[in-house]
This record gives sequence, C-alpha cells and structure tokens, in this order.
Amino acid sequence: MSQRIDVKDLNIYYGDFLAVQDVSMAIEPQSVTAFIGPSGCGKSTFLRTLNRMHEVIPGARVEGTVAMEGVDLYGDDVDPVAVRRQVGMVFQRPNPFPTMSIEENVLAGVRLVNKRISKADAAELVETSLRGANLWEEVKDRLAKPGSGLSGGQQQRLCIARAIAVKPQVLLMDEPCSALDPISTLAIEDLISELKRDFTIVIVTHNMQQAARVSDRTAFFNIAGTGKPGRLIEMDETGVMFASPTEKATEDYISGRFG
Amino acid sequence: MSATSPPTAADRPQPAPRRGARRTPRDHGANRAFRLVSTGSGVLILVVLAAVAVFLVVQAWPAISTPSDELADAVSWFPQDTSLLEFIGPLVFGTLLASALALVIAVPLAIGIALFISHYAPRRLAQALGYAVDLLAAIPSVVYGLWGAIVLVGFVHPIWVWLADVLGWFPLFAGPASDPSRVLLTASVVLAVMILPIVTAVCREVFLQTPKLHEEAALALGATRWEMVRTAVLPFALSGIVSGAMLGLGRALGETMAVLMILSPGFVYSFAVLQAGKQQTIAANIAAQYPEAPPLGVNTLIATGLALFVITMVVNMAARAIVARRKDFSGAN
Amino acid sequence: MTTLTSPSPAGAPGSSDERTLAVAASLRQVDARRFRTDRIMQVLVYLAFALAMVPLVSVAWTVVDKGIDRFSPYFLQHSMRGVFGGMDAGGIYHAIVGTLEITAGAAVISVPIGILTAIYLVEYGTGHVARAVTFFVDVMTGIPSIVAGLFAYALFALFFGAGARFGLMGSVALSVLMIPVVVRSTEEMLKLVPNELREASYALGVPKWLTIVKVVLRTAVAGIVTGVMLAVARVVGETAPLLVTVGVIDSINYNLFAGRMMTLPVYVYDQYSKGLAPCSSSATDCITTINYDRAWAAALTLILIVMLLNLLARLVSRYFSPRMR
Repeated sequence: MSQRIDVKDLNIYYGDFLAVQDVSMAIEPQSVTAFIGPSGCGKSTFLRTLNRMHEVIPGARVEGTVAMEGVDLYGDDVDPVAVRRQVGMVFQRPNPFPTMSIEENVLAGVRLVNKRISKADAAELVETSLRGANLWEEVKDRLAKPGSGLSGGQQQRLCIARAIAVKPQVLLMDEPCSALDPISTLAIEDLISELKRDFTIVIVTHNMQQAARVSDRTAFFNIAGTGKPGRLIEMDETGVMFASPTEKATEDYISGRFG
Repeated sequence: MSATSPPTAADRPQPAPRRGARRTPRDHGANRAFRLVSTGSGVLILVVLAAVAVFLVVQAWPAISTPSDELADAVSWFPQDTSLLEFIGPLVFGTLLASALALVIAVPLAIGIALFISHYAPRRLAQALGYAVDLLAAIPSVVYGLWGAIVLVGFVHPIWVWLADVLGWFPLFAGPASDPSRVLLTASVVLAVMILPIVTAVCREVFLQTPKLHEEAALALGATRWEMVRTAVLPFALSGIVSGAMLGLGRALGETMAVLMILSPGFVYSFAVLQAGKQQTIAANIAAQYPEAPPLGVNTLIATGLALFVITMVVNMAARAIVARRKDFSGAN
Repeated sequence: MTTLTSPSPAGAPGSSDERTLAVAASLRQVDARRFRTDRIMQVLVYLAFALAMVPLVSVAWTVVDKGIDRFSPYFLQHSMRGVFGGMDAGGIYHAIVGTLEITAGAAVISVPIGILTAIYLVEYGTGHVARAVTFFVDVMTGIPSIVAGLFAYALFALFFGAGARFGLMGSVALSVLMIPVVVRSTEEMLKLVPNELREASYALGVPKWLTIVKVVLRTAVAGIVTGVMLAVARVVGETAPLLVTVGVIDSINYNLFAGRMMTLPVYVYDQYSKGLAPCSSSATDCITTINYDRAWAAALTLILIVMLLNLLARLVSRYFSPRMR
C-alpha cells in the first residue's frame, strides 16, 4: 500500500531565512514524482520536509501543511519519529552503517521497534528486502560481511533495502544516483520503476534524462537569485513537462540554457 | 634521517631553482645552524626520555641488588622476610585497583557529558559548557586532595556505610565502612573527577566526528535521538572511547596528591575499598616515605617509581596506538 | 496546468475516511517503551553533566569560603619563619617566591626546547627521527609527575650526592612535564600558518631560517604564547615532583641554586599534613584549625594564579592572533 501526500502553502525557514516559499502540490500514490531545478533552488530542502528530516538542523521550521491522506504531518499529536517510519529516505551518498554487516544494516530499522524478532522472520525480511532492492543475488553469500565492502551502487541498493525493510508508505530519494557510475545508476533506475508498485516515490535529481526516464510527474523548482527563496514554478505529467512546458523558465532549464 | 646526515638536503623543502640561485655561504651557515639547533632539540627529547629510564634504573639498582634482609635492616618501613618484588606487588595492586575504580566511575560519566555537549545541549551553550568541564582540569591536584580529605570524606561517609550495609556481601564493598572515610573508594572518586576532563575531551572529539550521513540514516529509519546515538554514534566512536579511557587510566595511575592526602594506607592485597589501612598506591607511597627515607630507602622508592613508569608507559603507548590505528582506519574510508 | 492551485483529492476510492484514520493512528503511534528509553537516556545525559559540575562548584565554593578569611595582604607578605603551634600568624610569601622562581626556571628550560622541537617537527622533520620524536612526545605527556620528580632527583644526585635539594631540581622536574605540552601546542600553531606565506617569503629570496623566524613564528606568536601560558598554568600546581626535589622550608630563600625552597602547592600539602594545632585552654593567641586555614588560603591563592594564567592565555589568543583569511 502507498499513500498520497498533499502539500499546501508551505513555507520553509532556517531561523529567519525563508528558504522555500509557498509550495502547494499533490504527490500521487504508486507513482514516481521527480523534483528538478538548479542547485540551491530548495528542492532537497523541500524533500526533507516531507519526512521532517529538515528538523535535524537547528532553527528549521515550516508554515503550511503537509498532509498524508488528509493527516497533517506537522499536527500537534504527530511524532516526527513515527513520520519517518511512514516516509523513508535514501540519501545522496550511500550510507550503510560501517560497523554493521549487510544483514544487520537491512534489519537496523526493524530492530529499533522489534528487538526480539525471531531468526526466521529476520532472515525472511532480509531476503524480501534485498530482493526488493535487486541486491539479493549479489550478496546472499556474504550477508555477514560489512556493508562498507560493497561497491557504491550496491551500497546504495543496500540503503534502499534498509529503507523498505521498515515498510514505509512513501520513499524519498535525494539524488540517489549522483555519487554512482552509469551502470549502477541504471540499476537503481530500474529498481525505482519496480518499487513504485508498492510505494509512493519522490526523487530529487539533477539529471533531467533521469527525471524523464523514471518519473510519472515532474516538478520544476527555481530560485530568483541568491538570498531569495526557492519556489515551485510548475508541475505536470513528465511527458507534458518535457515536451511543452507552460513556463518560460522551465523550458530554458530543460533545454539546457541555464542551471 | 636528516638529523644523522647534516651536510645533505640543507633546505630540502624549498623550490629547487631558487635554492641554487640564492645559496650564499652566509645563508648556508645560518640555515644550517638553525636546522641543527631545532633538530637537536627534537633529539634532546629522545635523550631526556632515555635518561629518565636510565637514571631511574641506576638509582633503583642498589635496592634491586641488595639482599632483602639487609634492605629490611637499613630501611625501617621495609618489611622483614620480603623480597623487593613482594614489597612492590601490593603497591602495584593498589595502584591498579584505585585507577580501575576511577575509570569505572569516570568513563560512563564522561560519555554522558560528551554526548551532552556534542548531541544534546543547545548548540549555542555547548561550547561554554565544554569550557566548564575543561575548568575541572585547571584545578591543581593538591587542591583536589585538600577538598577530598576535608570535604568529600565527610560527605561520602553515609553513602559508604549504606553501600557496606546493602552490598557488603560483594568483596569490593565488604564492611564495616571505616570512619572517617579515608578509604580507597573516596580516593578513586577524586581520581575520577580529575581524569574526567581528558576522557570527556577525547570522547567529545570522536562524537563530533561521527559522519552526519550515518546520523541521518538512523533518523530517517525512524530512530529516536537515543536510538540514533546507539546505532550511529557509539559504534563509530568505540575505539576513541577506549583510547580516551586509556589516557585517563594513564593519568590516574600516576596521580599522587589526592591519594596521599585522602587514603589511610596499608600494604596488603585487599579488595575491601571501604576499609581504611588496606591499600596504597605507588605514587602516594613515594611521596609519603621519601622525605624521611634513608639512602637505601630512596633507592627502594625509585625502584617502585620505575615500576610505575613502566606501567604508565605501556598504558599510554597502547592508548596512542589505538588512536593511530583509528586514524589509519578513518583515512582509508 | 500551472498547478499552484489547491490539489484535487481525486484518487482515493470510497474508503478515504478509513484510510485517514489509519494514517492518523500510524503517525500518532508512540511506542511507549522506545519513548521512555529515549527520555530516560536524555535525563541521564543531562544528569551526567550536572553531576560533573558538582565537584567543580563544590571545590570552588569551599576554597573561596574557607580561604577568604585568612587571605590578606599580611598573609601574602609574610613567611612562616618563627611561626609555630596555633599562632595566629604566618603567610605564604616564601612559597610565592619559590613558586615564581621555580616555575620561571622551568619555563626558561622548556620554552626554547619545546618551540625548537616543534619547529623541527613541522618545518624540517621527516622519516624515522621525526616519527620517533612525535611518538615519544606523546609518551612523555603521560609521565607521572612523581616520576619526573624522581628523575630530576636521580640526575642531580649523580653530581651533588644523595641529599641534594634545591630549586633548580624542581625546575628540571617541571620542565619534563612542561616540554611535551609546549611542543604539542606550538606544533598545532605552526601547522596553522598557511604554506602560501612561507612560499611568498622564499619567493622574495628570504632564506629558510629567516622565513621561520620572521614569518612563521611571527604569524603564530599569539598561539604559541597562549600555549606556553597554559603549560605554565598546568605545572604551577604540581606538588609531588617538588616534594621530592625541592623539599619544605619555613623561611624565604631567593636562591634557585642552593637550599630548599617552599612552593605554594607544597605549602598547601605541608599545612594540611600538620593537622590540628594543640592549644591549651588558657591560650588566647591560639587557633586550633590554623594550619587548615592557611592551607585553604594558600589553595585559594594557587587557584587564583592558575585561573589568572588561563584567563590571560585566552585573552592573548583572542586579541593578538593575526587576522587570517
């Protein structure tokens, strides 16, 4: 099962600094939504407000609502820890825990909630998660080896396996391929199109071909200048966005005239 | 290398073309003299350290070579029918016991304080609070000794009595708790306070070095702050914590005044840390006996000092080796 | 479609209320055990810090409270000569003289050696020797202070016989403790000097040694001074090595090269170990706790000196550091 997210009138601040202004959008379930835009336009910042990860930085706060199936993630009785279990995240650089084995990495999130998971259940979960991340065949013989021994692309798929092992509704990906070689990138892209059957996927990318390849809908963010807030310029079906965007800025960016 | 072959590579790190062009004889002489003087200082450190070892051995030798019955005749506090090693044994035991207890008290506290500064305290306050902990290191040991002997001894007494009552079955806390509490546990508490700053400083450093990447990975999996610390920070920092603890141990082993002023000494192998007159540490014993010691007594004390030197050297080198290996490790990643 | 308008809630079929409730539950879900563990650990972490502040506050408060009464110009200007029993007299002038001279002696020995060694390590050192020096400076940091005292004693006993006790021995003992601290801090400071400065100087044709003296040292001087002051602050409170090398005396001795000297930390210990003074009930000029009172007042003086050095060091590093980009 996957769920929809509706964002309404969202402003994101770091202290007094307005980083992202007035974003409203709908993120559909069982689809891939891509965020594109030049560096510093606030697309990663916005992504991190979808699972309240931006709160890690002191002074960060939001105005407006981010609603998951109508429930505001910033409501008074919502626990950010619970939000992050429902909305998982994969980061720019692969970050498996260096002190844990491959198996322990996959189970890291689950072990937080359920300390006494049975051996059989754990093994099954490890296998389904790693299969889900297209990594099982490559690592099934060395589950007890440290995760840091894998290649970059494998590490990133391990991180995806770790994220889906806790069975979130939504999966956020913050430029998941920017640190990877083309072959690994392809593997992750294939994986994304499989994962959207089970999850709502939001991906930030610098690579417009990637957005065109993997996403169903694309949102373009832009920034008017340094010190100005980032804004959502336009959002539509990916095919429409790349073929005939409404806004001039979108067209300029997509055709490579800036950014 | 360059120290042993002075004529070559006089000013090696300089850009090559300039060197040929500018090297007038006068410059060469001054350059060379300056390099030799600074190299000499470096080598002097090696010499000093070697001298410490050699002089201690030389001065300890009379005690080592004299038969123990003669030693006992010449030195009033040297027990009859005891060899030098049997004399040093309980002192080493007392030193290790006092330091180990100090470590047991200090390390969990230091980890807590370091976490407080690195991950819990409001960021603006963190640095000021760090200074406050560093201030603990600025207080001279003799002041800690005075405070421990006059204030702390009275303060802890009811706690030690209670410990002896409740946990008396455990050898460490065997009663009755002595009054006044001039016992090893009180001394260890003061030692713990004294090593707290160094252990905290090392822990704080490694906690702050935890990659943001791993902390965020834990948080994104839905970890609470403590779960994040447990999955990302502590495993990463483990070797750093160990080496910080070892450095603290090195300090505690050699600390003299706190033990000298607080502990009522004894010379037996005993785990009863709530009873006075059981243990003594090497350093405190030297300071206590030295002023009144006859020549052969001084030699005996220096022999015990040599033992202390060796123990602290081993502990410190181990700590440094762990730190160095950790550096290699993180450099490779 | 330019989006930005409010999104349409089209997707969810019929059961959307149920889904909303389920999601609300999953987001509110507070796992009591995990929440409790998190809170307990937070409390423990705060408690650890609070607990560490207890001895700091207690020591500071006790020393001031018990030391302030006897801390007076008279106390600072008189020695213990001719003072006995519970007499309401005596001071620490001789100890201040000794502490100043012996610490200054230690600084005179350690500062050149320490700074030159740091220069060697940063500007010249490579290979086995440099690595050995670095390693043994670390090891030297860990030498117990009493062992440093024994070393100084053993060294001077070679030349002056077994009973030798004078100020310079204390200076040597303290410099064994001080040198590694000076080396470490100076090394840190020299490493902070940007390489461009050195290269700029070489490019002007300045020889290496002059570059080090005029450019590198001058840039780092505030940091080096700070490090030296912190090192002095550290050794000024050392007791054990002075106890075995310089001994104890009641009168003033200005001569660093002959005769025992008193120092502040040893004075504190000496007064403490004298214990309570015997006073007959008829005596008027007799204070039972006089020795402890003097010990506390001397401890107060010592802490003031150490804090002053620390403060000065911080001020020097704040106001005299070169403005580096």
